[in-house]
Amino acid sequence: MKILRNPKQKKVLYGIGLILLAAFPFLITNSYYLHVCISIGVYILLATSLNLVTGFAGQLSLGHAAFYGIGAYVGALLMLNFDVNFFLAMIASAVVSGLFGLLLGLPTLRLRGDYLAIVTLGFGEIVRLVFVNWAEVTRGPLGLPGIPSPSIFGFQISGRTAFYYLIIVLVLLTLFVMNRIVNSGVGMAMQTVKIDEIAAESIGIYPIKYKLIAFVVAAAFAGIAGCYYASYIAYISPTTFVYNTSVTILAMVVLGGLGSIPGSIIGAVILTLVPELLRFMSDYRMLIFGALMVFMMIFRPEGFWGASKRVKNIYKIKAGGGKNGSDSGDNQRHN
Amino acid sequence: MAQILETINATIKFGGLTAVNSVSITQEEGEILSLIGPNGAGKTTLFNLLTGVYRPTEGNIKFYGEEITGLKPHERVDKGISRTFQNIRLFHEMTVLENLLIANPDCHRESIWEAVFGGRKLRQKRQRVVEKCEGILKAIGLEDKLEELATNLPYGKQRLLEIGRALSTDPKLVLLDEPGAGMNSLEKEELSRLIYYITTDMKKNVLLIEHDMKFVMGISDRIVVLDHGEKIAEGKPEDIQNNPLVIEAYLGKGIPEDDDD
Amino acid sequence: MFTQQLMNGITVGGVYALIALGYTMVYGILKIVNFAHGDVFMMGMFLGMFFTQSLGLHYLIAFPLAAAATAFVGICIERIAYRPIRVADKLAVLISALGVSIFLQNLAMLVWGTETHTFNSGITVQTYRLGSVTLSNIQIGVIVLCCVLMIVLYVVVNKTKIGVAMRATSHSIVSAKLMGINTDRIISFTFGVGSVLACVAGILVGIYYDAVYPTIGYSYGLKAFAAAILGGIGSIPGAMLGGFVIGIVETFGAAYISSGYRDAFAFGILIIVLIFKPSGILGVKHVDKV
Repeated sequence: MKILRNPKQKKVLYGIGLILLAAFPFLITNSYYLHVCISIGVYILLATSLNLVTGFAGQLSLGHAAFYGIGAYVGALLMLNFDVNFFLAMIASAVVSGLFGLLLGLPTLRLRGDYLAIVTLGFGEIVRLVFVNWAEVTRGPLGLPGIPSPSIFGFQISGRTAFYYLIIVLVLLTLFVMNRIVNSGVGMAMQTVKIDEIAAESIGIYPIKYKLIAFVVAAAFAGIAGCYYASYIAYISPTTFVYNTSVTILAMVVLGGLGSIPGSIIGAVILTLVPELLRFMSDYRMLIFGALMVFMMIFRPEGFWGASKRVKNIYKIKAGGGKNGSDSGDNQRHN
Repeated sequence: MAQILETINATIKFGGLTAVNSVSITQEEGEILSLIGPNGAGKTTLFNLLTGVYRPTEGNIKFYGEEITGLKPHERVDKGISRTFQNIRLFHEMTVLENLLIANPDCHRESIWEAVFGGRKLRQKRQRVVEKCEGILKAIGLEDKLEELATNLPYGKQRLLEIGRALSTDPKLVLLDEPGAGMNSLEKEELSRLIYYITTDMKKNVLLIEHDMKFVMGISDRIVVLDHGEKIAEGKPEDIQNNPLVIEAYLGKGIPEDDDD
Repeated sequence: MFTQQLMNGITVGGVYALIALGYTMVYGILKIVNFAHGDVFMMGMFLGMFFTQSLGLHYLIAFPLAAAATAFVGICIERIAYRPIRVADKLAVLISALGVSIFLQNLAMLVWGTETHTFNSGITVQTYRLGSVTLSNIQIGVIVLCCVLMIVLYVVVNKTKIGVAMRATSHSIVSAKLMGINTDRIISFTFGVGSVLACVAGILVGIYYDAVYPTIGYSYGLKAFAAAILGGIGSIPGAMLGGFVIGIVETFGAAYISSGYRDAFAFGILIIVLIFKPSGILGVKHVDKV
């Protein structure tokens, strides 16, 4: 990772990465690959947002798919029934999902570990049952077909290439926001809550506040992912927003490396690609996938890109009279 | 002298056990007050009552005359009470500097909007926080270790860092729970210098629990002795030293000269 | 109607209680949630079906064999997926458990296919009428077996030597080890017992509803887990109580309010109870030592 230490080289690398991402649809014309890329993008939104809750604030949530689903249904219903513009619908999705995050988090975030896990899991099940049973609005198990594509200033976004660019923009936006949050006082406060709540309280941090912030922000981004997904696939049904999806997202976060944004990205990429790559052995692929999860946890529990690789001074200010970046080599944690 | 801290008949029961029984103590502005007593006397429990980790079963706690009995721990920090722990509770996966930064109210009170959209103003605010923390790092003698992970520090330094973290909240009163435990005599000297620095230069008050009698007798203006959850004596160090009740509480051994715990 | 629903609720609740015991015992000892337990239940069901239907054994021989095989599965899960990471992060154990869960489900799909099987055990269902209440012999069997097994478990945990060892291990693995207890054996034993109970529950559900499929472990596992938490995880009487409460609440909810939301009632009551009593009905309040 030596090349990443120099900020200038880092910028060049990011630049090359961006150009590659932008050029991807021209290099690869197979639309199946584009579809896989878009799926990865959606999962990056979901995984990085869940990482804020589980990786940074240390709260185990097994109901992330519920917020994803709420966002999808809110977005789809607004676009279908009220002809709301996609981008407004997306904001509405974020707001409504975030509100549900607040609603669930407020009474339950003082519960410890496993208890919170089951409550979020139960919430996920309840939300799914509402999708299935509230047929007047959601059409129940039949789902909602014909969700329109977005349009910007009269230009219709349609076709996989356009959706590909849209998800790239959303991913970059999400990564920007997550990065800013994590490298701020709020993000640091979340981490203290994860490490030791009593110590955090002893320095004036109210744990529930930061758990709630993490929860609401994560829910809002899951909502955005849901709205995007609804518009991309054009059809949603309750079967997408199930417990298994929550588990897959959590697995991405944990396998990638808790408390690490690059980790969540890697987790999303790998867990989307592995089942696709194992497709040739279709019958055995999920079997192998399950076994891989176990082995990974035995042999590399910190994930592919654990938090131990995070940059040290997360406040991103060099101490020592405000000198900047003189010894960025020290910024990398030595393991 | 103004009274800064007062407990009135503070009592806490855990099931059948009365850990602290109707203890009333006061602390005046500017004085270093020490709590001593044998193991299990209820000293740390009293700290937990003062900092809000536990709610008293009965009794009241006042800070600068203001009733704080019902306040949560973080609200008491806002009022100006901070603490260290007997068994060090640093954020060990964070760096030395980060441990101080996060304790600064300007740091953790950043709003989410500020965090995401903040520009130069935010950077300036952060710079000020960093500078403040550097001042504290100098006082605790860790200014050359700021990028070190807390967990990699030697034990004595970890204790100092925890005191630094408590100072970083900009408190009026610092509660130190056995700050000298596990320190060698050199480190203890450093510690007493730091405590004097906190009280005289930084103009903060210190309430401490300590087992090392030499240390306590040397540094305290006044001492409160607890035994079995009750206050059995209170007074100047020399009075405490000769108090028969206190000697008895320490199981007739006399006051241990150098109980390093 | 009311009594009938109550009996139905108790039947389902008994099954949940049996599965919940597995969760709660493992949690009591290792402080981890065995998220694969629902799939152990499913395996027990399939193994019961396999020994009776496929091998044509009499159920009196087949069911004990199935229970033993399920116990073996449970012990293997602990050995392979939990033991190597027992001391590590809780989340690592959780992910490992989810991996096991995916593995078992897909294993069952490979071996038995994804379709729903009938459970032909050789036991014929008979119904009895008691006034307005209809009870089947299976229902009576479920209730009786649940009660008997719970009493047996209570006696084992509280009155036998291995029970004392279990309680000691649950108190502190380190101290138990120092006292000369073979804690690894106790842990295996706990997984074994939990799996046997799950297998019994699986066979009972299989016969009662006459439907066996690979993903059945999911909903039963979740609700039993909810039951364990509701009662206070780590508490054996709590798991039993939680199981019956969840069973009765969901049966009444489905009967009187809306059948589509059957599962929502179980989780709804769980969330409400936890908000007001975070440690569950019979759970011990957790005090952080400072």
